[in-house]
Amino acid sequence: MESRPVTVKDKAILEDRAKDKAVLRRSLFRSDATQKILAFASLIVMFVVFSLASPNFAKFNNIIGILLATAVNGVLAVGVTFVIITGGIDLSVGTVMTFASVMTGVFITFWKLPIIIGVLGGVAAGALCGFINGSITAKMKIPPFIATLGMMMIAKGLSLVISGTRPIYFIDTPVFSKIAMGSVLGIPNAVLVFFGAAIIASLILTKTVLGRYTFALGSNEEAARLSGINVDAWKIAIYTLGGIFSGLAGVMMASRLNSAQPALGQGYELEAIAAVVIGGTSLSGGEGTILGTVIGAFIMSVLTNGLRILSIPQEWQTVVIGVIVIAAVYADIIRRRGQ
Amino acid sequence: MGEVLVLMEGIEKTFPGVHALSQCQFELRAGEVHALVGENGAGKSTLVKVLTGVYTKDAGRIFYKGKEVEIPNPRVAQELGISIIHQELNLMPHLTVAQNIFIGREPRRGIRFLLNEKEINQKTKQLLDMIHLDLDPRTKVADLTVAKQQMVEIAKALSYNSEVLIMDEPTSALSDAETQELFRIIRQLRDKGVGIIYISHRLEELKQISDRVTVMRDGRYIDTVRTQDVTIDKIISMMVGREIYETSRANPENASQEVVLEVKNLNRGRVIKNVSFNLKRGEILGFAGLMGAGRTEVARAIFGADPIDSGEIYVKGKKVDIKSPRDAVKCGIGYLSEDRKRYGLMLGMDVETNIVLATIEKFLGFLGWVNKARVRAEAQSHVDELRIKTPGLQQKVKYLSGGNQQKVVIGKWLARDCEILIFDEPTRGIDVGAKSEIYKLLNDLAESGKSIIMISSELPEILRMSHRIAVMCEGRITGELSASEATQERIMQYATMRENRENDARYSSVSVPDATALGG
Repeated sequence: MESRPVTVKDKAILEDRAKDKAVLRRSLFRSDATQKILAFASLIVMFVVFSLASPNFAKFNNIIGILLATAVNGVLAVGVTFVIITGGIDLSVGTVMTFASVMTGVFITFWKLPIIIGVLGGVAAGALCGFINGSITAKMKIPPFIATLGMMMIAKGLSLVISGTRPIYFIDTPVFSKIAMGSVLGIPNAVLVFFGAAIIASLILTKTVLGRYTFALGSNEEAARLSGINVDAWKIAIYTLGGIFSGLAGVMMASRLNSAQPALGQGYELEAIAAVVIGGTSLSGGEGTILGTVIGAFIMSVLTNGLRILSIPQEWQTVVIGVIVIAAVYADIIRRRGQ
Repeated sequence: MGEVLVLMEGIEKTFPGVHALSQCQFELRAGEVHALVGENGAGKSTLVKVLTGVYTKDAGRIFYKGKEVEIPNPRVAQELGISIIHQELNLMPHLTVAQNIFIGREPRRGIRFLLNEKEINQKTKQLLDMIHLDLDPRTKVADLTVAKQQMVEIAKALSYNSEVLIMDEPTSALSDAETQELFRIIRQLRDKGVGIIYISHRLEELKQISDRVTVMRDGRYIDTVRTQDVTIDKIISMMVGREIYETSRANPENASQEVVLEVKNLNRGRVIKNVSFNLKRGEILGFAGLMGAGRTEVARAIFGADPIDSGEIYVKGKKVDIKSPRDAVKCGIGYLSEDRKRYGLMLGMDVETNIVLATIEKFLGFLGWVNKARVRAEAQSHVDELRIKTPGLQQKVKYLSGGNQQKVVIGKWLARDCEILIFDEPTRGIDVGAKSEIYKLLNDLAESGKSIIMISSELPEILRMSHRIAVMCEGRITGELSASEATQERIMQYATMRENRENDARYSSVSVPDATALGG
């Protein structure tokens, strides 16, 4: 290496490199990563604490129970993550899930269609609801909060009307319940479906055009529009994708209960949104990860499970989760203020 | 100059209540830099927004390379080869530099749905190299300075290989060296045959960079001239075209020596660094600086709208602890924000309510009933005093013109008996006539003993109005000038006094004749 005097330009370059490194360091410890690490650390801490507090907690069956309990809420949360990253919200995921399970019941039990058609039909019913949500938001310019609030009620009402307010049982098709409750190597299918869905969602979010535009819309919708992106079409696509995940959750729910329960569903949307928020996705849009959401969903079910094992009444479990949600968002605000 | 690239004629555009463009025409040839000038509200931005499909025209015809075209949305403009760098930065802060540049046309791989991140980053690197910008394509845009963000916008526009490139106020956030670098790129593109529409308020730049100038006024086309044939004064007279209110330069002797506000060592994160200054009774203190210099942040900090890390504020010699706007108002400080629609007014409510809003406690009677008659009298007195043009006190504020809206905000703070008024870009987005009225009003307020801090990015405005001028750059006050010693050049010199001269060092290979002239 030849040596030469350090010029002003070299210095500038060196300074810049140092700055780049600082930026890198900052983005590791500051942005999405902090919240995720924080969330993951809390999950570990909870796990350890509950394991020490009760010998029953860390048992294989209980762990499987936790995984199973996370599956449905997890799939819903993964779907709503996309919508929240665009800066929107989807309040209808809970009842759309119910609507999807009722439709699955209609297809399989009432119309005697093959199970595969019933499953795909249920997912399609969810997709349709998402498509309508997206269209109302994008084309009619109705804020997503209102649009999906409307859809929440519509889906709830339709589920009751279609089912005649009675559960639809899958008595003729015992195989149907295997979708969620069958297992591979001791791990229930529902859990595998959840992990599969999360991995696919994560790939969509980080590797595809749809994912890129999800972030773009949440970061600066006007800039996206001015860059020639068909904002309305992509928004509809993203809400539809959210609907697909709700539909999938609906099928899993129906399979797990071996029935479509039309009165179920309301309240699930808030648990899903809570999981997303705990996982570090910003409600103001532009940032978020599927991994964060998955961790968020686990935190909620570990907490519920752990508190139950410690015989803390269910009412108090809800209180604790509420506190956790607020704490998670507050941690996020503190982090932002530090910038 | 080559063939005619763009020809617009008879363009009409009306917004509710505003005739924004009326019989406008414009011609752009290949290989020219065509400046588009005019006062705020003259219709320059509207015209280019029509050309780029952001707005659709009501009437008129657009020809592109001799063929008549319709441009209903930005995508069509891009496909034709027309790109624009908007005045307000249009980047997505959460995405990286490369992701921003290639948004909407990402290179794909596999099944057409997967992003090719590697290719995006490589292409971006090439692009950045081309304009000598040493940036990692994977940096998040939120982590860049405003100037660098601007350069990213330029790189993005360049990446479209456009034949028509529109730049709306591209230098408003750039230092001299960066501006010269931009000009170098513009000349390079012009020589390749690109037609460039250059919109700027800095008329002195036009002489350096443009071949022709088109002047607009009040939504109309005035004239197109060759830049070398006209003087800047001539352009100004074409732009203004009518008498505007000119005060004689503010006289510093008029201000008393009584200090009403003193700020010591104010700090807030990366945006305010050790800011100290004072404000005297009856004085207009101008705050100059480039976009993102931290002027608004200082105002918001003093007003208690943002928390500060450290620093002391004294009002009339007494130390005060301002934690919220409520505290600030109690100390007699009023803040008129840059974006009055978002922060200063309730647009859906009437004039009366807006004026007395911050003062409503004064008019409460038995059991908290509002004394309507007294409210009305108070509001009317301010409407008269400020000569707010409104059909009545019950008129909703959103139906008033920009200038009158601004006056309603002023009325609000006067009703509150504020002694210290902070004006953030008081004339942004209001027309020339209303502007001169606002100037008059500021002078009257100062003469009546109010103390005023005026933040403005328009140097002529700063120079015309201020008794004293504080200049900020990157969160610091880099200089203070009295009215008599201030010139545009000296202000710009302070406004670009960066802490590390990295930008200048990087561009040191470029010859920068004008920067040295300014530095002298």
